[in-house]
Amino acid sequence: MERITTSLLPSRRQWMLAGASFAAWAYLPKFARAAGYRDPRLIVVILRGALDGLATVAPIGDPDYAGLHGAIALTVDGPHPALPLDSFFALHPSMPEFARMYREQKAAVIHAVATPYRERSHFDGQDVLESGFAGPGRVQSGWLNRAIEALPRGPRVSGGLAVGPTAPLVLRGTAPIVGWAPVTLPQADDDTAMRLVDLYTHRDPALASALSQGLKLEKVAFGDDMKPRPGGNQIAAMRQVARGAAKLIAADDGPRIAALAFDGWDTHANEGGAVGRLAQLLSGLDGALAEFEAGLGPRWRDTVVVVATEFGRTARINGTQGTDHGTGTIALLAGGAVKGGRVIADWPTLKLASLYQGRDLAPTTDLRAVFKGVLTDHLGLNENVLGGVVFPESAAVKPIKGLIA
Amino acid sequence: MARDPQAALVALNRFGFGARGGASGDFVNAASDPRGFVKAELLRPNGALLEVPGLLATPALADAVFAYQDEVKRTREAAAKSEVASEQPGQTRGLSMDAAGMPVTVPPAAASPSAGTAAAGEPAPAMLAAPAKPAPPQQPPNVVQKTFRAEALARLQRAVLADCGITERLVAFWSNHFCISAAKGELARMWAGAFEREAIRPHVLGRFADMLKAVEQHPAMLFFLDNQDSLGPDSRAGQNRKRGLNENLAREIMELHTLGVGGGYTQEDVTSLARIITGWSFAGRNGRNAAPGSFVFNVNAHQPGPQTLLGKIYQDNGLAQGEAALADLARHASTAKFIATKLARHFVADDPPPALVTRLEAAFRTTDGDLKAVTLALLDSDEAWSAPLTKIRSPYEFLVAGGRLLARVPEDPGFYLNSLNTLGQPLWAPAGPNGFADSNAMWAAPEGMKLRLDISAQLASRLGNNLDPRDLLDLVAGGATSAETRRTIERAESRQQALALLLMSPEFQRR
Repeated sequence: MERITTSLLPSRRQWMLAGASFAAWAYLPKFARAAGYRDPRLIVVILRGALDGLATVAPIGDPDYAGLHGAIALTVDGPHPALPLDSFFALHPSMPEFARMYREQKAAVIHAVATPYRERSHFDGQDVLESGFAGPGRVQSGWLNRAIEALPRGPRVSGGLAVGPTAPLVLRGTAPIVGWAPVTLPQADDDTAMRLVDLYTHRDPALASALSQGLKLEKVAFGDDMKPRPGGNQIAAMRQVARGAAKLIAADDGPRIAALAFDGWDTHANEGGAVGRLAQLLSGLDGALAEFEAGLGPRWRDTVVVVATEFGRTARINGTQGTDHGTGTIALLAGGAVKGGRVIADWPTLKLASLYQGRDLAPTTDLRAVFKGVLTDHLGLNENVLGGVVFPESAAVKPIKGLIA
Repeated sequence: MARDPQAALVALNRFGFGARGGASGDFVNAASDPRGFVKAELLRPNGALLEVPGLLATPALADAVFAYQDEVKRTREAAAKSEVASEQPGQTRGLSMDAAGMPVTVPPAAASPSAGTAAAGEPAPAMLAAPAKPAPPQQPPNVVQKTFRAEALARLQRAVLADCGITERLVAFWSNHFCISAAKGELARMWAGAFEREAIRPHVLGRFADMLKAVEQHPAMLFFLDNQDSLGPDSRAGQNRKRGLNENLAREIMELHTLGVGGGYTQEDVTSLARIITGWSFAGRNGRNAAPGSFVFNVNAHQPGPQTLLGKIYQDNGLAQGEAALADLARHASTAKFIATKLARHFVADDPPPALVTRLEAAFRTTDGDLKAVTLALLDSDEAWSAPLTKIRSPYEFLVAGGRLLARVPEDPGFYLNSLNTLGQPLWAPAGPNGFADSNAMWAAPEGMKLRLDISAQLASRLGNNLDPRDLLDLVAGGATSAETRRTIERAESRQQALALLLMSPEFQRR
């Protein structure tokens, strides 16, 4: 459902472009690294809707996995075999690029992670993930913005790049940021449309009928083959967003730090296994990572991409071949600066007794420890700042060491 | 607190433009006294007038458009001279004035060479450094477009800020009832806002007869329905120029403005009324007897002699002949029924309760067309409060309601104007003199709903992450929210998605 948005939002976009004069990126953070000069890039990708970590990096060595994930569980054989990462974990087959980076030791997985948030509201979960606070309700600034503020000011400083029509909370705050949005953004995505049709079906049959017809007409107009292709256009849009952002970040005087968000991960129904809805989305994410790698060129060597989501999903599939809101999930790291080729996990197992509240993968790693590890070793922020300002009241959460090559 | 959430929804959505966001307290106030909430706005003296610095009267706007047209002409002639050697036909496109009077502007994307060469969606770093456009040939600023946008902005701001919005809803209703089209030409586009300010607004809570007269004598209406070209066949001008009647305005006065189709008039009556209003015109660019753009009665174009209209003889006493005819049309029984039906259809249901129509019709007749009394009769009726909210908001109502909820006072009308075009309700420019249809069939159509969803998603993607959709839901519908809608909003995967769904929810779309 991509649509040209220029006509509707010219003034804001033009303002953003005009405001993004790169000459204004007056000075860069200085990074004291023993191993010579580096000019690091950090890209934070937020997956909104709660990614099913068990479906993305499947613990196929866990004896309970196949039973819990049922019909959508991944296997290492069959027509769409999962891609083994080690003897225990296997990657979703829709992510061959990430698998390659992993083999090249430029990508890593952190499993059974979660923010400190333990309820199951998307909004609040995203607040916690992005604000960096220990609880919801603090939506004024994001941890990445405060990290930029805390960077030692060298002769030049970088602003953060917010990709998309609005800045994600993670990058909002007092540090200067600039925005960029591709000319075409997905408008109402298929998931939103499906939810609305569902609401209308229960509450307003006349509107349900009208909207369903309208959506059908559009598929005809776009030459769609009428088969359900959830998120079809979204995939292309994800790549496109990444391609554009990479181009900006790659510039010599481009932003060093960027954040963007991909929507659509709330797979309550018909999540799909090796193929299907989640597979499509993961394919888009994989494509976006490949676009970052290609677009950043030589800069990729000094780049870390962090992919994170607000929480995980239930270990056991529900009655509609999907998963409901859960707790533990994964975070992904990719980039030339990553010390990869590893799945980092203190595996809690999927035994019923081990599941959080009897339903979710139990979190054994605090997601903030991952972020802190990257901010420490990649950007040179010190632990005190991280524990006080960037992630308030988190001194007890120690950075994971050794994430950066 | 909220005593009657369902009635609050009626007050806010059926009669107003929806609850405002922020700390307006609209829903709570409407719930505690639904009728009082709506009526309070009607008690304000001159509450419908729109007087904004910079918005000019019709004659001044005519001056400006004529001056603009002259300058365009001079510029074009100068450009033609200078381009004899190097022919660049594309360079003058920006000046063309097509028949519809829509200014032809180059869209921003095409105007910039760097954006034009980059693939869609690619950032164009060249643009970031310096949006260097080749200097376009000197052209006069388009005063027509500038005026139209300023008028639109003033109207939108008023609607977004209004307490309840009943007055602005009435303005929009009457403006559509007595519509002109800005697509008729530059004068119509220039005058569209002034027409509403001068002919509609002063009377939406006044007398129907006064509005009718103000409308039919306004240059914008005379221009829109060609009455300045209608000459009495036996008038001096008709004899000299061998031309005659144009029935356009006369027919629409009876068919669309007063009696309604089937209201008891014949073709003979149309012709009679056309003769009666010959000479109703406005001063043009070389107006001799009056300032350009002001109403004139041109006695030389007026058909001499008495005329029979609906069985009554009107003596030829010049301008007064037509005014007497309009006054009678305004209080005709068919008019009362037609207006009552239209009002009830607009506010209550596509097929309004007959008892309500009867009640409004009686109010219209007993008060001699006092529109405030008719509006109060609507608000005091039980039917208007008990009828289920089955109508869908028109695109204009939807967009204004969105602006109110999101507490975004428009500073630029662009988003609204573009969205209205997309959704098929271009501001002040319906396809015909019958205005935009007022039915679910028109606005709850498949393509329209899909586009509404796209626009909602777009609004939400820009604004959604600063707002808590659960709070907004309480502002929109409070205790009247259905469990299904609440669940849908709460389960949305992001604030943006939740806001898009909220804007599309039956609680927000229905009124």
